[in-house]
Amino acid sequence: MNGVPLAAYLALGLFMFTTGVVGVIIRRNPIVIFMCVELMLNAVNLTFLSFARYQFAAPVGLSEANGDIRGQAVMGGQAMVVFVMAVAAAEVAVGLGIIMAIFRLRKEIDIDDMNLLRG
Amino acid sequence: MTWLEANPVLAAIIRVALWVFPVLLAVPPMIWYERRLLSWMQDRIGPNRTGNITFSRSSRWVPGFLKGKKFGLKGVVQPLADGLKLIIKEDITPGSVDRFIYLVAPALALFPSFALGATIPWGPFKGLTPVADVNIGVLWILAISSLGVYGVVLSGYASNNKYSLLGGLRSSAQLISYELGMSMALAAICLATGSLKPTDIVEAQTGPLWGVVPGLANWNLFTPYGFVAGIIFFVCMVAETNRAPFDLPEAENELVAGYHTEYSSMRFAVFFMGEYAAMFVYSLIFSTVFLGGYHALPIDWQSLGEIAPGLSWVTHAMQNVDFWLSPVWLVGKAFALVTVYVWLRATLPRLRYDQLMSLGWKSLLPLATINTMVVALWMVVSRVYSPIAGVVAGLFGFGILYLLYRALNNLGIDRSKFLTSREIDLVDVPRSVA
Amino acid sequence: MQITPELMLFGGIASVAAAAAVGVVAFNNAVRSALCLVLNFFILAFIYFTLNAEMLGIMQIVVYTGAIMVLFLFVIMLLNLGAPQMLRDRDDPKTFAGIALGVVLFALLGSQLLPAFLAVTQPGAPKDFGAPQNLGRVLFTNYVIPFEAVSVLLLVGVVGSILLAKRKI
Repeated sequence: MNGVPLAAYLALGLFMFTTGVVGVIIRRNPIVIFMCVELMLNAVNLTFLSFARYQFAAPVGLSEANGDIRGQAVMGGQAMVVFVMAVAAAEVAVGLGIIMAIFRLRKEIDIDDMNLLRG
Repeated sequence: MTWLEANPVLAAIIRVALWVFPVLLAVPPMIWYERRLLSWMQDRIGPNRTGNITFSRSSRWVPGFLKGKKFGLKGVVQPLADGLKLIIKEDITPGSVDRFIYLVAPALALFPSFALGATIPWGPFKGLTPVADVNIGVLWILAISSLGVYGVVLSGYASNNKYSLLGGLRSSAQLISYELGMSMALAAICLATGSLKPTDIVEAQTGPLWGVVPGLANWNLFTPYGFVAGIIFFVCMVAETNRAPFDLPEAENELVAGYHTEYSSMRFAVFFMGEYAAMFVYSLIFSTVFLGGYHALPIDWQSLGEIAPGLSWVTHAMQNVDFWLSPVWLVGKAFALVTVYVWLRATLPRLRYDQLMSLGWKSLLPLATINTMVVALWMVVSRVYSPIAGVVAGLFGFGILYLLYRALNNLGIDRSKFLTSREIDLVDVPRSVA
Repeated sequence: MQITPELMLFGGIASVAAAAAVGVVAFNNAVRSALCLVLNFFILAFIYFTLNAEMLGIMQIVVYTGAIMVLFLFVIMLLNLGAPQMLRDRDDPKTFAGIALGVVLFALLGSQLLPAFLAVTQPGAPKDFGAPQNLGRVLFTNYVIPFEAVSVLLLVGVVGSILLAKRKI
């Protein structure tokens, strides 16, 4: 969509990130905290993609003349989002496994009671 | 079609209507067809009462030659009667359900079955079909089919019923498992076609068979990799639509009716309609990807006309028939696949849950992955060396595929059990009597 | 900056996404939170489409709404079977402080960063830079080492989650 300033996308990203931070602070259910972390990751993804599209600095390594799009300057943001998604997927698989393991061990998942490692 | 290009919004609305209404209209005939076919396969009568017309003997409004005549319509109006019954029935919302999610879940179950085929073309009519001819068409199918889980899981959760919840959990595991095999099967086809657009996949299937035989079209099902991928895709699509023999989420002898136990009246009808619409749309997708899409026969009429110029009037006529009746061919293929659905339901018993999981994970997924790798090997070798070397590499790959498949897959069935006979002692009957 | 029809459309979509994000934090019921997050991710996919990133929008639906959130719902429902009361939060004095901190963070970052980008309204990237072909080429040439590293990471994740989930191996 043309005509939408970059700031609009960034504002949405910032709002989602802030909401995620607040959620991590105020919620005590580890699953919801996890979901808030996902929210923050997605906010960062949105920021990556909006910067990648607007490219307000002159793009380096872009040779549009022969229809060949390469170069880290143009595609870097998108590639980074792919990696963030993969990392998020791995993180969720392991994290939810940990939550289930804790639940099985202690029959209880309140985050404030998980203080076994406190010195 | 310049008029359509001038009004993009109107064109989009027309495209959506041309997609949604045919699918909606296909559901009642499918229900009737399934019932009649199933009753024929099971040697029973099936619905044959609705829609029969008996003219009066004495009324003066009836012309003479019709007096007392009976016309049987083989129960075609049965879906209408069913629908009417479901609408009129009392709509019960149980007391302790999670109300909002309970109300939303049927809509979530219906939405993916319609959105699924938004990239499937009815025919070679650019601008009218498909709804969106985007370069991520196949991925769109996979993405939307993965949304189908929500309706089932949420209705299971919201019903506040253990059976519903178990049905929902089973279903989510099943759908996620078979999604993988499905996407790998489609990946092989996309790799061979070199495009993610369904329209391009249809176009690629008009080429000469195996790249060498002129006059015949290269339908993906007739190629070795396409045959393997097609079988995998078909199994996965039966599992994705929760149909027999994969209808574990609604196994009535274990789970009452599974996730829609607590739904009655129209809400149940929405689930029902979603299932049948999904069957139809998946059949359309299978026809598009593997069976040449909207082309009638696996014959390339144009190149046949060039080979045999004497027959050019036949080939020319057939080209026109092929072009103008293309939606008919696509729907015909889809109904042939619906027949297979019904046939499977009439033939196969339901799988056990562990069999279902091991079929998905240990059998279909490795098979589809190896198939994709063989296609990649064949393409690289035939491009770098020669087509003959490619064929050799492909055959070699399929040999390895078969061996790996044998090594990986036994569906968790211990075959030695079939060979040994067991002797059972009847405990409370004395041996002398028995 | 001027108000264009596109900006109004974006505002509508974005406000639904933002409301869903608030819902994730605000709902006391974990299933509701998860559903809000699903809605947020689904809308985000369409926002990615407006950014010409079709491939990543579809990946967003496949990976997040189709796989990750289903996994979340799965775990929530399993816990719900075991102990439903556990998924509810107790009252917490931290709540107010957390919200205040969030407002301050948003105001501070927003006021310092966003005005600089208000003037940028024209995209600088080529129109088809989000097509699967271009993304694939870049992933398998410039970014092939991170790509392989991520595949190893996923493998480790699979092994780790099986190790955690299995009672005995």
